[in-house]
Amino acid sequence: MTVASPGVPLNYYLTLGAILFSIGVVGVLTRRNAIIVFMSIELMLNSVNLTLVVFSSYLGNSTGQILVFFVMAVAAAEAAVGLAIIIALFRNKQTVNIDEINIMKW
Amino acid sequence: MNFESIFLFVVAGVAIASAILMVTRRNPIMSVLFLIVNFFCLALLYLALNAQFIAIIQILVYAGAIMVLFLFVIMLLNLKDERSRREKPGYTKIIAVALACIVLGELLVSIVVSGTSGLLAASPLAAQLGTVESIGKVMFSEYLLPFEVTSIVLLAAIVGVVVLAKRGSE
Repeated sequence: MTVASPGVPLNYYLTLGAILFSIGVVGVLTRRNAIIVFMSIELMLNSVNLTLVVFSSYLGNSTGQILVFFVMAVAAAEAAVGLAIIIALFRNKQTVNIDEINIMKW
Repeated sequence: MNFESIFLFVVAGVAIASAILMVTRRNPIMSVLFLIVNFFCLALLYLALNAQFIAIIQILVYAGAIMVLFLFVIMLLNLKDERSRREKPGYTKIIAVALACIVLGELLVSIVVSGTSGLLAASPLAAQLGTVESIGKVMFSEYLLPFEVTSIVLLAAIVGVVVLAKRGSE
């Protein structure tokens, strides 16, 4: 499939990425459940991925798509480690509420 | 209104709605399901942008592997009483939403002033960029070292997860 028709301005996609990123920010700041905070971070990563793919496609340069591949690999590693930390926290404190997990606060 | 912009608006509307639902649902399982809907919408956009390889691994890795991991952990932890517990009082939520609006405003201003408004359609080169073949060619020539380093990152993650998950069981 080739894109021959007039197409969509790049800024529409960038705006969508900005909106999704802001929704992720709201999730990180308002939710107290550590797992949902984590999912909001994944949402923010994805909005940045969208921006990278859009630029790659509009500028005709494949570097953006390679970067998305690396972001996904790092996100997978981060999700695995983060969820293991959440499991370890739940085992010790019986909660995933981040207001009650404050032993590293001084 | 051509077909592409209608497609973009519909998919973007679903993506934004599912993201908002993901953030606002009490039940974490509902949040996971709405996030998967959001990832599928993004995969559709990647397909529309001729990034077939990225669209496929978006569904395989994100919607498939990572979100199943989330679901698995949520069901493993059995957070039933966590769900009914009160969230933070209202004023912190208002501050958080205000801060997020400021972030959104900054991003939109930077989009407007960044001079990308001249790019009205995908590059004619884009049709060949997203295939597995062209991605593979670039990845295994120009980006070979980062690719190998990624495998070390994943190995470190595996070791870390095993250490973290085993410690409490002794």
